[in-house]
Amino acid sequence: MATNDMVEIRWHGRGGQGAKSACLLLADVAGLAGKFVQGFPEYGPERMGAPITAYNRISEKRCTIHSNIYYPDYVIVVDESLLDSVDVTGGLKEGGAIIINTTLSPQEMRPRLRGWAGKICTIDARRISEEILGKNLPNTPMLAAVVKVSGVLDAERFLVDIEESFKHKFADKPEVIEGNMLTLRKSMAEVLVG
Amino acid sequence: MSNRLSGNEAVAYALKQINPDVMGAFPITPSTEIPEYFAQYVADGEVNTEYVTVESEHSSMSVCIAAQAAGARAVCATSSAGLALMYELLYVAASCRLPIILACVNRALTGPININNDHSDSMGARDSGWIQIYAENNQEAYDNFLMAMPIGETPSVRLPVMTCMDGFITSHAVENIELLETDVVRRFIGEYNPEHYLLKKENPLAVGPYDVSSYYMEHKVLEAEAMKAAKARILEVAAEFEKISGRRYGLFEEYRMEDAELALVLIGSTAGTAKAAVDKLREEGVKAGLVKIRVFRPFPGEELARALAGTKAVAVMDKSEGFSANGGPLFAETRSALYDLKNRPYMINIVYGLGGRDVNTEDIEKVFGRLANIAATGEIGPVYTHMGQRSKEENA
Repeated sequence: MATNDMVEIRWHGRGGQGAKSACLLLADVAGLAGKFVQGFPEYGPERMGAPITAYNRISEKRCTIHSNIYYPDYVIVVDESLLDSVDVTGGLKEGGAIIINTTLSPQEMRPRLRGWAGKICTIDARRISEEILGKNLPNTPMLAAVVKVSGVLDAERFLVDIEESFKHKFADKPEVIEGNMLTLRKSMAEVLVG
Repeated sequence: MSNRLSGNEAVAYALKQINPDVMGAFPITPSTEIPEYFAQYVADGEVNTEYVTVESEHSSMSVCIAAQAAGARAVCATSSAGLALMYELLYVAASCRLPIILACVNRALTGPININNDHSDSMGARDSGWIQIYAENNQEAYDNFLMAMPIGETPSVRLPVMTCMDGFITSHAVENIELLETDVVRRFIGEYNPEHYLLKKENPLAVGPYDVSSYYMEHKVLEAEAMKAAKARILEVAAEFEKISGRRYGLFEEYRMEDAELALVLIGSTAGTAKAAVDKLREEGVKAGLVKIRVFRPFPGEELARALAGTKAVAVMDKSEGFSANGGPLFAETRSALYDLKNRPYMINIVYGLGGRDVNTEDIEKVFGRLANIAATGEIGPVYTHMGQRSKEENA
């Protein structure tokens, strides 16, 4: 039951890909921007590779609802292989969008989305993270993509705030901050909206 | 200061601000992050707590009992089977009148094995002599933890306090939070100067000896009187806390209850979801309200009866089964508390959310729909039911 001034986001990933971390980071950064936030994972049996779901609510007033999100504005798919096993567009609002980590274009993805007629965005998060960070860490590119596509946060303010957050998060390995910032900027530039 | 923390982070931060003397540490999902984050504070020298890693929860509570008996402030955190393994020691702590503070991150108590939230763990310990205070969200988890020591340590009470929050739903959810300054927290908590303790050389004390039948009952009555006295102390501490935080707490929270005809009584994070449902129903003209129980032990029976006296139909929602064949533990307490009212509302019990079963605003609206029907017809139907059950055909 989202109000008009609330954005609800659902993340689909696999254990170990960082979907939960990205979700919590988005909550933290949106909070820095003065929003009321929720970021929370839904746990089943914990294991690497198992499908996991995480959620964000970002709003102008404090949201007291503590249920999962059934009618999201945005859906993020961190692992393309989930499209075959999880109903990722379930409940996705007509005016919303799905953002998928894939090498394919939005037009190429549409046939795989069970009749979803709304907006599809794609980004090759694996390639971007491997090029810049040297590893397949798809969560940072996906975070940049959802900020860009949703407009829930001002993009420039987001980059300033997340750099602050990284400085705390990576206090003991500051060398990774620059790469993560570059990954965010490149991902914002590369996300395809179809 | 404003921040964004999960419930576990918030309690770990409260612990850092308190800087207790001793922590008995043993991990169990979903409370594990509390000793984990706190271990970092210990390693970084931000606290000087004696951090005792042990091999089980039976031992972590034993460490707390020994430390508190020696005159120290002792804390620990656990969930589910961990709390069950402490069971014997919970009674020892309470009957020795040791104001230990335990952060209980509520999780279903096995079995079948499940890591998600319900209240079956702490409800199982409801008769152990511990004060129990429940949180709706991360802010309340932090605030309740800060209030626990001033409640438990006061001479008229001297009882251990369990502060409870919903596993994952609260413990692992990052939300906005207002934190107090550490010097303000330390002034609020104050020094712990127990009158009697094991290692006081002027007046050494034996703790936990055998009690003979001719005195045992007097000691249990003293413990029962302390639990009664805790009610007033909880309100006093809440009033002091409001002065430093601006946040007001009572034994329970009444939400839109002024003229409510249909009301829910429940505990924990679902209260937030229910508030949204109440708001929606109020917009539609339904006189809906909510009582969120914050303090379950001591149980605020008289106060609750007054709060519900004007209602027509009440649904008490239990997040633990209880297996009494007569409704859940919150229902038993609430219905008993209302017995002496001249005009009692109709009452039903709904057990919900076991093992992490999600509850949304629509589920809550359906409960109010049932209450409206009961108030209109006087027909209660089944008194004790379970929310959102699959049909037998679906189960097959």
